Amino acid sequence: MKFLAYLVSGISLGSIYAIIALGYTMVYGIAKMMNFAHGDVIMVGGYISFIAANYWGLPTVVSIVIAMLVCTMLGIVIEGLAYRPLRSAPSLAVLITAIGVSYFLQNSALLIWGANPKAYTPVVSGTLRLFQGQLSISYVSMVTVAACIIIMIALTLFTSRTRMGKAMRACSEDKGAAQLMGINVNFTISLTFAIGSALAAVAGVLLCSFSPTLMPTTGSMPGIKAFTAAVFGGIGSIPGAFLGGILLGVIESLARGYISTQLSNSIVFAVLIIILLVRPAGLLGKNVQEKV
Amino acid sequence: MGPVNRKTLFKDSRSDLFTYLGVILAFIVITMLKNRGALNRSQSGLLVPICCYIVMAVSLNLTVGILGDLSLGHAGFMSVGAFTGIITSMSLIDIIPSAPIRLTIAIFVGAFFASIVGFLVGIPVLRLKGDYLAIVTLAFGEILKELITCLIVGFDSKGLHIIFNVSGSKTANDLNLLEGGRVIIKGAQGATGTKTIANFTAGFILVMITLVIVLNLIRSRHGRAIMAIRDNRIAAESVGIPLTKFKMIAFVTSTALAGAAGALFGLNYSNLAAAKFDFNTSILVLVFVVLGGLGNIWGSILATVVLYILPEALRGFASYRMLIYAIVLILVMLTTNNPVLKSLFSRWSFRGNKQESEGGSNG
Repeated sequence: MKFLAYLVSGISLGSIYAIIALGYTMVYGIAKMMNFAHGDVIMVGGYISFIAANYWGLPTVVSIVIAMLVCTMLGIVIEGLAYRPLRSAPSLAVLITAIGVSYFLQNSALLIWGANPKAYTPVVSGTLRLFQGQLSISYVSMVTVAACIIIMIALTLFTSRTRMGKAMRACSEDKGAAQLMGINVNFTISLTFAIGSALAAVAGVLLCSFSPTLMPTTGSMPGIKAFTAAVFGGIGSIPGAFLGGILLGVIESLARGYISTQLSNSIVFAVLIIILLVRPAGLLGKNVQEKV
Repeated sequence: MGPVNRKTLFKDSRSDLFTYLGVILAFIVITMLKNRGALNRSQSGLLVPICCYIVMAVSLNLTVGILGDLSLGHAGFMSVGAFTGIITSMSLIDIIPSAPIRLTIAIFVGAFFASIVGFLVGIPVLRLKGDYLAIVTLAFGEILKELITCLIVGFDSKGLHIIFNVSGSKTANDLNLLEGGRVIIKGAQGATGTKTIANFTAGFILVMITLVIVLNLIRSRHGRAIMAIRDNRIAAESVGIPLTKFKMIAFVTSTALAGAAGALFGLNYSNLAAAKFDFNTSILVLVFVVLGGLGNIWGSILATVVLYILPEALRGFASYRMLIYAIVLILVMLTTNNPVLKSLFSRWSFRGNKQESEGGSNG
């Protein structure tokens, strides 16, 4: 029964990682950059929904929609101002800029909302008790898992079926060729950032519902872990990010329950290292042979 | 190629010479200022950390700039050096009363252990490429940090006592130290009550040693092999350069220097927690390296000094300083990578692109 409880909490934590990782992997797939600011967009999403719900007294659903809208705008602005001018720059320059954006968001949040942690009210309250109360599953975890599955399916359909999705895949293969085929590369990349950031807002709301403290640094560690999850599943692959996220969450939860709370992150990272040694492109990643 | 070779060789050694001279000059000027009392407490408190971060930046430049592999876990090796250095120094405190000798031994021990960890980490890491390699170094950095957080170490007349606190329930009392023993590392609290023996002169000497090691490595046959791997892995392999060996040489050298810097850093503070050496510290050093220019040693030194002092200089702006730092970082990246400005810079630069591309091929 204990095992089931850990498993359930792991799956719901993993679903949050998966939603963040989906955003990461889409941006990576198309822009070929590690967007370190992604974790901080999550934090912004959390704060916006917190303010909309607690200060303005708006209903939960509306506050989530507002958070998504704000984060979408934020994603487009960040891409346009900071990343677009560096499209042809070396990848390290883009990485450092992303780190700069991450510092910028964290410190802006610190100035606007202060360093004190805010107590976030979960979007859904209550728990479902099974087996005479031996196993309790919070409704938040159920919503999280459901949201994650819906998002994953929607994204897969979007990238495989729609025109825009095809344009995205084309840009991710070869930007120059895509442009020659009449695809608006800049618009496609902006759209990818918009989708990724909207997902980050959802992830922010769910993350804060899962562990209800909200600080300017709330997003960094989940951001890093979600990136790990994306690499774990094979970066650039949507089912890979989903699988990686869930696995990472379950491993973390089980490690925390059975081995050591202090070393749970280490165990997660150790598993990642072992997986990458056996499958250097991640679980579902394609191993591209390098040509001379 | 003959005359060009000699010219580039001359240019390289001239720039190395300027690097050495610049560091020595800076040391003399700062020491004079310090002796005249022109530096206040907080300013002179920055000197040792700056030296440590210079060593960190130069050694990371060896991995990122010269070997061409992005490492996001450099602070992990610094923490290995820091804590082994602290343990060494605190254990030897009765046997070797002389602080400079103890500091030297601690730095060597720190470098030694960091290089062993670097070698072990390097075996899996150096088989990977690009972003995968980066994420694995990040993972190792976090693992090292958490492992050190679990350490409880004490010393008494029977020798070292080490507990690995996996469950999180043990405390320093479980060490069962004898009378007169002292606790050196207290788990998550880190090292407490360390006798601080680091000073600016030691920092300067460490920077000079680092420069001698790194610059000589880069200009040697080994260094050219390492740069050949960076420029084209497949071509380097096909002319018979053993990839693993040379990658390992660069990586282990880099981690050993990080360990030495860590030992000096650790012995500069009486209290130091492992959480100090997290991902953000690795990123901080990476920022120094990238802004200073990849593969450019004196650039790393300059960037470290400027960027380390900048947040302190902005202290007047209080809470806005990190925001300003972030904006400066973004703007610098945007302007230095702007194609229009870049062509302007290369026209002004006395070291044009032509020599740059031939710099690595003299052999």
